[in-house]
Parts: sequence; C-alpha cells; structure tokens
Amino acid sequence: MEKTTVDLSLLSDVLNEYAAVKGSLITILQHTQEIYGYLPKEAIELISDQTGIAASEIIGVATFYTQFRFEPVGKYLIMLCQGTACHVNSSELILETIKDELHIEDGETTEDGLFSLKCVACLGCCSLSPVMMINENTYGSLTPEKTKKILKELREAAV
Amino acid sequence: MRIVIGQGSCGIAAGAEKVRKALLNTDINAESISITGCIGMCYLEPIVDIYDDDNKLTRLVKVSEADAPAVAAYIKTGDKTMIEKLIVTDEDSEFLSKQTRIALRNCGIINPENIEAYIEKDGYTALKKCLCDMTPEEVIEVIKTSGLAGRGGAGFPTWFKWNAARQSQGEEKYLICNADEGDPGAFMDRAVIESDPHNLIEGMLIGAYAIGASHAVVYVRAEYPLAIKRLTNAIAQAQEKGIIGENIFGTDFSCDFMIKAGAGAFVCGEETALIESLEGHRGMPRLKPPFPAQSGFWRKPSNINNVETFANVAWIINNGGEAFAAMGTEGSKGTKVFAVTGKVKRSGLVEIPMGKTLRDVIFDIGGGMKTDKEFKAVQMGGPSGGCIPASLIDTVIDYKALGATGAIMGSGGMVVMDESTCMVGMAKFFLDFTAKESCGKCIHCRIGTKRMLEMLERITKGKGKEGDIELLEELCYSIKDGALCGLGQTAPNPVLTTIKYFRDEYEAHIRDKKCPAGECSDLIEYSIEADKCRGCTLCAKNCPVGAISGTVRNPHIIDTDKCIKCGKCFTVCKFGAVKKA
Ligand SMILES: Cc1cc2nc3c(=O)[nH]c(=O)nc-3n(C[C@H](O)[C@H](O)[C@H](O)COP(=O)(O)O)c2cc1C
Ligand code: FES
Repeated sequence: MEKTTVDLSLLSDVLNEYAAVKGSLITILQHTQEIYGYLPKEAIELISDQTGIAASEIIGVATFYTQFRFEPVGKYLIMLCQGTACHVNSSELILETIKDELHIEDGETTEDGLFSLKCVACLGCCSLSPVMMINENTYGSLTPEKTKKILKELREAAV
Repeated sequence: MRIVIGQGSCGIAAGAEKVRKALLNTDINAESISITGCIGMCYLEPIVDIYDDDNKLTRLVKVSEADAPAVAAYIKTGDKTMIEKLIVTDEDSEFLSKQTRIALRNCGIINPENIEAYIEKDGYTALKKCLCDMTPEEVIEVIKTSGLAGRGGAGFPTWFKWNAARQSQGEEKYLICNADEGDPGAFMDRAVIESDPHNLIEGMLIGAYAIGASHAVVYVRAEYPLAIKRLTNAIAQAQEKGIIGENIFGTDFSCDFMIKAGAGAFVCGEETALIESLEGHRGMPRLKPPFPAQSGFWRKPSNINNVETFANVAWIINNGGEAFAAMGTEGSKGTKVFAVTGKVKRSGLVEIPMGKTLRDVIFDIGGGMKTDKEFKAVQMGGPSGGCIPASLIDTVIDYKALGATGAIMGSGGMVVMDESTCMVGMAKFFLDFTAKESCGKCIHCRIGTKRMLEMLERITKGKGKEGDIELLEELCYSIKDGALCGLGQTAPNPVLTTIKYFRDEYEAHIRDKKCPAGECSDLIEYSIEADKCRGCTLCAKNCPVGAISGTVRNPHIIDTDKCIKCGKCFTVCKFGAVKKA
C-alpha cells in the first residue's frame, strides 16, 4: 500500500552541485530535508547512487545527528528548548502544557498532521527562556497560558 | 536622526521585527530606520535606539508595535514626554556602562548586514596592516604578547596553536572557526556572528595569514539560521570587495571562505569530531596525537579556534598586544564575554576584563536575583563545567581560580540559580544531556554516563541508597580517567561539583526522601493553606485529575492520594495558598 509520492527530480540541482564534492554528505542531507521535510528512503537511495556512498553509511551519518528525521513532520514543527537556562526557568512546565494540549510526546506528530514536537538543547535565546521555535519563529518568555494561546492561534490560522 | 532597531535573534523573538514594520508604517522617513545586531541587554528587548544629529543616543526599551505612533511623534516634535516610559533607566544603562567591550565592540552599534558600517569602524585595517606591514611571525608575536587564550573552553594560548600550525609542513592548510556553541545556555558566539560578522571574518583572515592557510571554514550550529544568513551575506560582501579571495589587498596572500552548518551533535564542538563532521562523517572524535595542527581537515595541517577568540584578534593587532595584556590577571589576559541567564534580573551579554569577580557579573551588572529567593549557585561551562556555590561568589574570573572551584571558565555560559533549583536535579539534567550526546565510541563515556544518570534518577525519585554518593564519585573518577575525548572526561564535573558543595542536598534526597529545593516532583507534597485560600476555585478547575475539592469562597483541599504532583495548582494560585513541601 506504500505509494511513493516522492518527486526525486527536486533533488537534481542539489546533487549536481554537491554529489562530486567530497565531504558534502551532510550538506546534501540538509538540502534534502529542506525539500521534503524529512529524508525519504527513495532520496537516500538516489544520493547513494550519485555519490557512491553506501546507503548504510548515509543512514549511519543521518542517525548520528539530531537534525535529521525519517518521517514527515507536521505543518508546524515545534522545537522546544530544554537547555540549561530554559530548564532553570521551568521549561518542563511548557513541555507538559504542549503534551497536554496536543496529546503528543517528544518526537511525535499530531494525528491531524498539524504539529510535531521536538525537544532541543538551546536555541541561543536563553535570555528569553523558556523558549520555543515554531518553524521560523521564535517565541520567548513562555508561560503555560502563553503557550496555549500560541498553539490555538496557529491551529486557527491553519484552517 | 537615525532610528536603529536591535535585531539579534533575541530581539526578533521579542518582537523587534514587528516593531520595525510598525515604525515603517508611520511617517518616519524610512531611510532613517535601520537595524543593528544584539545590544546585549536581552532582558529589555525589543530595543529602539534613536541617535540625534549630534549622534546622541536616546535608548527606548521594551518597545511594542503599539508604541510606534508615540515614537514617530517624538521624532517629529522632539517632545520626550510621549516616550518617557520607554526610555531606559539609569540603572539599566549601567548594565552596559560597566562593561569593557572588545570582542563585542561593534555589537548593537553597527549594521551587521552592511560591510561599509564595519569599515567605518576601522574594519579590515588590522588585516591590511598584517598583510602589508607584518610577517606571519610578527603577527604571532603580537598575539603572544597579548596573552590571548582560547575562548572555546580550554583556554589554550592562541599564539602557541598558531605557531604549531605555522611550523607544520604542508602547502595546503586550513583555518577553522568553531561556531558550534554547544553549551546549552550560552549564546556569545551567536551574538558575535549575528551582530558583527566581519569582525569574525577579519580575525579569521589574520589567523589564516599567520599560519599560512589558504582556506577558511566556519562550522556553525544548525540552530542558528540568522547567524548563518548574516555570515553568508558578509562573506559575499567581503568577496565583492576583494577582501576574501585571490591576492587580498594586492598582496600574494589568498584565502577562500566556506560555511558548513552543523547538524545537531554536541560532541562536534570537540575539535577532532568537528573535523570528522566537516568531512561528512559521523562526528566521532579522533585519537590525539596527531593533533589537528599536524593532521586535521582532510589530514592537512589545521588550526581551530572559537568565534570569540577570533573576535579579539583585529582589536589586538590595531591596539597592540600590550593593551590587551594590560587587562586581566597574571594568568588570564584581556576580556571575557559571558551569557548571563537563569534567575538573574538582567539577563544578557556581559563582557568584562578578566580579574573581576563573579559577584561583579551577577550582582553588580546582572542586578542579582529576579525572584525574591536567595542566590544559590552559578553554573559555568555547561555540561563540561560545574556549579559554583554562593559562598564562592567572590571568586575571581581567571582560568586558574575558576578551575580551582571544580568548575571551569568554559565558553561563557553563566546560568544563575536561586534556591528553587535542586542541585541533584541539575546534575541529573546535565548527565541526561551528556548521556544522550555521548557519541558511543568509548565505553567509559557511553556506559558510564548512562549508569550515572540512572543513579541520579533513582536518587531524585527517592530511591537512593546509602553509599550512592561514594559510588557516584568513584564512577566520576574512572570516567574522567578512561574517556577518549573531552566530552567524557568532563562529563562528571557537574556531578562532582554538586556533591562537593551540596552534599547535604544529596543526603536529604537519599536519607530523608526530601528535596530541599522543592523541585523533584516525587519527593514533594502539595497542600492548601486554609487561611490563605480564598476559595476562587481556580486550582480545582485546573487540576487534571480532580484531586482538589471545595466550594466557592471556602478553603479547598487536595486529596494527596489522587494528586499526581503536576504542580498546576501551585502555578495558577494567585494567593500563594498552595504549599509545596
Ligand atoms: C565535548 C566538547 C564540546 C566542545 N564544544 C565547543 C564549542 O561548542 N565551541 C568551541 O569553541 N569549543 C568547543 N570545544 C572546545 C574545542 O574542542 C576546542 O578546544 C576549541 O574550539 C579551540 O578553540 P580556542 O582555542 O579558540 O578555544 C568543545 C570541546 C569538547 C570536548
Ligand atoms: S537554554 Fe533555552 S534558549 Fe538557550
């Protein structure tokens, strides 16, 4: 029943530019994830073909770094900071709030495909801790109430 | 008249871009509105700086979109009453006036997206001086005189590393900048790149000239998209001006520049792991020796320095090594940037000369605690560092003095904690981090950190046993001795320092099954103080398990058997009636 909808032609520019440049695997994977939102199996096979790097090695590299994922993510990717400053300023409460509101755990996506949650270590905005980043936007000085409001607004904006 | 909006990541997160758009929507001349990077007063963002025609500054803080009309009216009329409440207080201004800025000298002042702004501040004159008037050996000599030591954590003398790379045989060499900034809770390097990218480029080019490298590489962590964007832009501008590329300033020195984005792995901040990652592999550290100076990127001689290290270089060349060495202590020269965060009142970037004390940073500049609780400890050096207790607040900022506490200078993260932070919990927090980030290459780190984490988890759950502390200590020392790289060798530091200074807290968890800070949820109980409770029902409404009962305007009660200790009642109560013990 797995039907592939992965359009591999989207990768050709990236591969043309980097496939022959040694040391570019991580860069290629980053571009691939930017295009598809994750690393599709088909794309990994194509990258392997074009770079001559074994698929097993590519998977080895991709699984080493937290940035890469093998499943599509929701429309909104919530990156919740669990760094030291955020920890000291109760990021745990924000995590609980998001889990309660969305009924997902770290690394999961809501059933409606809207939200994915990923805990990260420091977004570099520690002065505004606790902090989360949703897609391109950073939200700081979070409280449970503020978090709920942000999620609500995004949910409403999506329909 | 110039209107400048602070647009570092913090500023933007606080709403600076919205403020800029709102200002553009007023009748203020759009050409007079520009941006700058991180001013460092992150706790007051968004910040709008208004420079009058004599370049006199009026600084507005915590500006919102709604304030735009008032700002526009002020600019038109010069009537300060309209913006009185936004003007930074004298007390807050001291946050900056008490600092000495070298690495951050242009941050929050110039437009980071415009090379001309950097050039106006004597930008690239140091590079020109090096290339046209100095030999590489002379450059290294100035750096030696300055006493500049690596700001990435270890504090190794920069001249020594440069000299080793210079002496190393091979026609192709690499100069690498470590902008992985892995310490969670630190953002000095992000601020430098976002706010003054040309300063980094200039420092790196001088370094490249000194060691004889023709390739410069910056490894930036992926979580810093704005830094990557501004640096990419700056590199393009410098290339256009011929400052990067072939025959720079008409000399026979040539150097190309490349950015590589990290992909999220703490260990890649370790220099040999960073090199592995640059080559497109899993970021597993290499065995040293050979050191990168002999065999680094693509096995060619390479030199790696931290962002802040490079950010000092141009200043040192222009002002002389002696001027830099005049600041600081016997063993630690110049200034150091700290990212001061946590429970501190004024949170942001602080650059001060070495030799000041922790008290100067946390209380004098940082303004002390933002809560009504007492200062308890400060965490320095992140997962490789330790917690320094309140009793050592007068410790001098100096590599040796800080090292003697069991913590380290680190890269500049300073997370301030008050009495509400549990120190066993803090140790657990870091071990959770290092256990996840251990690359798995050596057993001591891979399994050792996991075992330590398990023990700390047990202790914070009230399942600790007599002898656990001693066992933890023993594990710490064997991991320190046995681990392959700096990650494992330093991972025990958060545990060792908390045991050293807060042993009683460990004992309270183990013997009395109590968490004195009231943070470990398994060891606390919530109750409602009847005389403080107004019966507003808010707690009962928020309790996810219906453990709170009571009627309107009458004191409520928590059923401790049902209570899951989520703490919601504690956070929502407006009258401080919920007690945690
Ligand atoms: C686990 C680990 C993580 C590190 N993370 C960083 C980092 O994020 N940034 C950094 O500049 N140095 C980091 N270092 C230190 C580097 O290995 C290296 O010493 C430093 O980049 C050298 O530059 P410097 O001499 O200018 O300090 C880390 C070291 C270890 C062991
Ligand atoms: S610790 Fe959360 S943003 Fe740095």
